[in-house]
Amino acid sequence: MEILSNLGLGFATAFTLTNLMYCLIGVFVGTAVGVLPGLGPVATIAMLLPATFGLPPISALIMLAGIYYGAQYGGSTTAILVNLPGESSSVVTAIDGYQMARKGKAGKALATAALASFFAGTVSTVLLALFAPPLAELALKFGPAEYFSLMVLGLVASVVLASGSLLNAVGMVILGLLLGLIGTDVNSGLARYTFDLPQLADGVNFVIVAMGMFGIGEIIRNLEHDETRTLMMKKVSGLMLSKHDFKRIMAPVIRGTAFGSALGILPGGGAMLASFAAYSIEKKVSRNSAQFGSGAIEGVAAPEAANNAGAQTSFIPMLTLGIPSNPVMALMVGALIIQGIQPGPAVMTEQPALFWGLIASMWIGNLFLVVLNLPMIGLWVKMIMVPYHRLYPAILMFCAIGVFSLNNSEFDVGLMALFGLFGYICAKLEAEPAPMLLGFIIGPMMEEYLRRAMLLSHSDPFVFVRRPISATMLGLAAAAMVVVLLPSLQKKREEAFHEE
Amino acid sequence: MPSFIRHPKDFWTGAIFLFFGLAAVFIGQDYPFGTASRMGPAYFPTVLGSLLALVGLAAVVRSLVRPGEAVDKFYVKEIVLILSAILLFGFLMRRAGLVPATLVLILLSAYASPSFRWGGTLLLAAGLAAFAFVVFVKILGLPMPVLGPWFGF
Repeated sequence: MEILSNLGLGFATAFTLTNLMYCLIGVFVGTAVGVLPGLGPVATIAMLLPATFGLPPISALIMLAGIYYGAQYGGSTTAILVNLPGESSSVVTAIDGYQMARKGKAGKALATAALASFFAGTVSTVLLALFAPPLAELALKFGPAEYFSLMVLGLVASVVLASGSLLNAVGMVILGLLLGLIGTDVNSGLARYTFDLPQLADGVNFVIVAMGMFGIGEIIRNLEHDETRTLMMKKVSGLMLSKHDFKRIMAPVIRGTAFGSALGILPGGGAMLASFAAYSIEKKVSRNSAQFGSGAIEGVAAPEAANNAGAQTSFIPMLTLGIPSNPVMALMVGALIIQGIQPGPAVMTEQPALFWGLIASMWIGNLFLVVLNLPMIGLWVKMIMVPYHRLYPAILMFCAIGVFSLNNSEFDVGLMALFGLFGYICAKLEAEPAPMLLGFIIGPMMEEYLRRAMLLSHSDPFVFVRRPISATMLGLAAAAMVVVLLPSLQKKREEAFHEE
Repeated sequence: MPSFIRHPKDFWTGAIFLFFGLAAVFIGQDYPFGTASRMGPAYFPTVLGSLLALVGLAAVVRSLVRPGEAVDKFYVKEIVLILSAILLFGFLMRRAGLVPATLVLILLSAYASPSFRWGGTLLLAAGLAAFAFVVFVKILGLPMPVLGPWFGF
């Protein structure tokens, strides 16, 4: 079997001492990010990116990936112990997890979260290994028209799945696409929208945009409320699950993994959407649905399995098609490009060690995470209590030094402050920054594919609907748009996001 | 806020989109447009800018019809402190060096918090500056001046 030899190569790559170390650092930082208040994976990955430029690509990618799925573990700890989601993807875990903690079953809730996540992580690693190769093979047949349509579909999906006003999300995507075009045009060599500033000739670095919008803007916003955290208990015990508990969580975990894996692949999807969907479905189908909201163990198991599965399967479109499905994946695409690797279907054949090594590292990382999260829970409990007014100056320092180190330029630091202000304004106006970051990364690629498609078809705009794969994707995008614009569904959509 | 704006949040979002959309189209006029089969550097941004302006216009028009919430208050003191801390860091970095720039960044930004205390913040600033020196300069070897020309280096 080819897949076994591929996985063998993957484990051989991931099992070197250096890569194991970077994997451990990644999941450790990820858990910390999940536990700490007001710090998300996007800002953290952006902060650490400049430090990874000197690493070999595989080590950098293993570490950055670890941060993302590690944050899914850490986020649940805060949700259960202080009723505040450490991550947006653990919002629903807080509902039943915190109730369990209040009833003295915090240990059980934490163990359920960790084991559900581990199960989901293992399954989605296998799914990644099974489904990525055929998808990449299909993608190798894609021409520029298919890629363009695929990007349209991805952006439409991110708009449809963004919370808040649809019009705002559309605007943010287009604004992101435009910002991505700043800099020297590859075809004509002309500097576009640079205002004659030499610092903008290479465009705006995506790290600056991500740190500004997701890091700085968020800090100013958090300063509006003086936050206090009260911990449910200082000591967590009773981490063991009984046979009866295992029986209760088995089906929810499997269902959560299935939904999470499916939703993670969708553009615009990922961990957050997966956990919401899994919780509401579990609430409908569970035999114990009456207990939901007052400490049902199923209400912890399903969303925790789903968010970890979703976090991992969202790597599939990024690795096989080169198209990011959420802001974290957008940063990964940027990281690969900086490392000199063009993300896309060719990565698997040209860099098999990188591709399979990353997949294998995810399973190893999940194993690390169970150990980090259960026996070492005491450490994280201490970290939960780090007050925000001690934390945010440190975040600012990492952002500032990280951005400065990109080009040793104070211009970049100033630009980050500008994007921070813009991120704050967007938050005030309820315009989500996530679609903008996706557009920003995709912008230059999209222009290039559009150009090539039109050149090859001798400016026939119908090329996009004449080719079957391209037409299917545009059809899906149009259908998604029409569906959310239906008045009845629009109301439902607003309600669904309001529950957040 | 004029009374005919019934949804201030949408109004301002729309105004921002309209501004950037029109700016993209106008600035783009300086670049060659090309044809559909040979797109010039202005082609894609002009199309996007027009779309963005339309989206912005739609949001503005809708904000005059559909009522909605007012924009929350802006926390000006916090904004000014955080942003000026960052800008000062950038300014000081090459002139005074990493350690002084970090100290200023931490002290100024920490002052924005309602829980600010001198003692704890000074300790935090000293600790983080030492951390930055060890990690970024010693371990990662980033080419940054620890103390800059202002201190005679």
